[in-house]
Amino acid sequence: MEVPILKQGAVLIATFQAALSDADLNHLRRGLVQQVVKHRSRGVIVDVTAMDVMDSFASRTLREIAHMIRLRGAETVIVGIQPEVAFAMVQLGLTLEGVATALDLEEGLAYLIQKFKSVE
Amino acid sequence: MAKRESSSKDLGTRNDQAVELTRSEAQSELLRELVAHLRQNRNQLREEWVGRISETRLLTAMTKEEIFAEATSVYDSYVEALETETFEALQAYARNLSERIIPRGVETHEVVGIVLLLRDVLARSLFAKYQTDFKKLNRILDAYEPAANRIANTVAVGFVQERERVIRQQQEAIRELSTPVLQVRERLLILPIIGVIDPQRARQLTEQLLRGIRTNRAKVVVIDITGVAAMDVTVANHLVQTVEASRLLGATVIVTGLSPEIAQTLVTIGVDLGKMNTVGDLQGGIEQAERLLGYKVVTLAEPR
Repeated sequence: MEVPILKQGAVLIATFQAALSDADLNHLRRGLVQQVVKHRSRGVIVDVTAMDVMDSFASRTLREIAHMIRLRGAETVIVGIQPEVAFAMVQLGLTLEGVATALDLEEGLAYLIQKFKSVE
Repeated sequence: MAKRESSSKDLGTRNDQAVELTRSEAQSELLRELVAHLRQNRNQLREEWVGRISETRLLTAMTKEEIFAEATSVYDSYVEALETETFEALQAYARNLSERIIPRGVETHEVVGIVLLLRDVLARSLFAKYQTDFKKLNRILDAYEPAANRIANTVAVGFVQERERVIRQQQEAIRELSTPVLQVRERLLILPIIGVIDPQRARQLTEQLLRGIRTNRAKVVVIDITGVAAMDVTVANHLVQTVEASRLLGATVIVTGLSPEIAQTLVTIGVDLGKMNTVGDLQGGIEQAERLLGYKVVTLAEPR
């Protein structure tokens, strides 16, 4: 199942639905990296609230997305990681280093707006 | 008798059982005689036992009257257990007794000590009674000793089990009490940790903290470990993982009150200091948290 990418002002929002295949993740990465410049977006929010398992591929892809989008000139924030998922990830050593995280969509938006302001 | 023995050879195991049965019957007969003797001399033997208890300075936590009352009921239960050869009643009594005397500070060695004293006092009285008939004394002791040892065993085990139950209960109570996640400002939690952290408690702390972050929508968490003297490598690693997991939920963790020993442990395991946000004491931690959250605390007037 592909992940829909929504545009909200200067922000792109991608919301994960339950289980995603590796192909879906690759597709999402391509889509986000293309659209971020196409829409001249300044921020990207990836919402993973629905994910109850985060494997190493998903985690690595998230990190790659964040770093690629930085290189394309925008900020990324991952939101909605569940407490159990967070702890399992840390135990597996998947700490999403260098990637911003926030509690939920609202927090993520607040984080990006703060970021935009500090640049101006 | 000779005839029966020869037939038992022919019939094998069934008659062995019969012999066994008659032997245990004979034993029961002896035990009955023994019990009658103990009942008859109840007062005198009990006095002697209590005397021996105070002589050896056992049960110092209890008054003389209390010891005497307990001794009476222990004596009666003891004789009853010898008579019926069932230990359930005694077991229940031992548990009940333990429940009453453990809070008074009675130690395991005292309980075992008094039961062994009673065993010895009773054995002495048997020696005195059957000193003329050595064979009979031997048979009586054959019946008495295993039963007496089992009683001592039952009481000791009952006491220790009760103690362990109390300890377990207290451990659970401490565990429940010891992990508060407190909100001190909007979006600011503190987690004061006091006492020894074992891996199980560390896991519980992490779970509670992560859940607390979610329910309180916290952005900053101050973990205060002033009350933790030392932690081993496993727990230190767990602390680092907790910090990282909290970040994944979008919360910043400030650790305060690290003791020199814990600092040493964290350095030894090679923690990435870029990930750990530490401040010397809880006050400093809260102040930094307020800065992160954009609070500014000002004094409006001189305190009265």
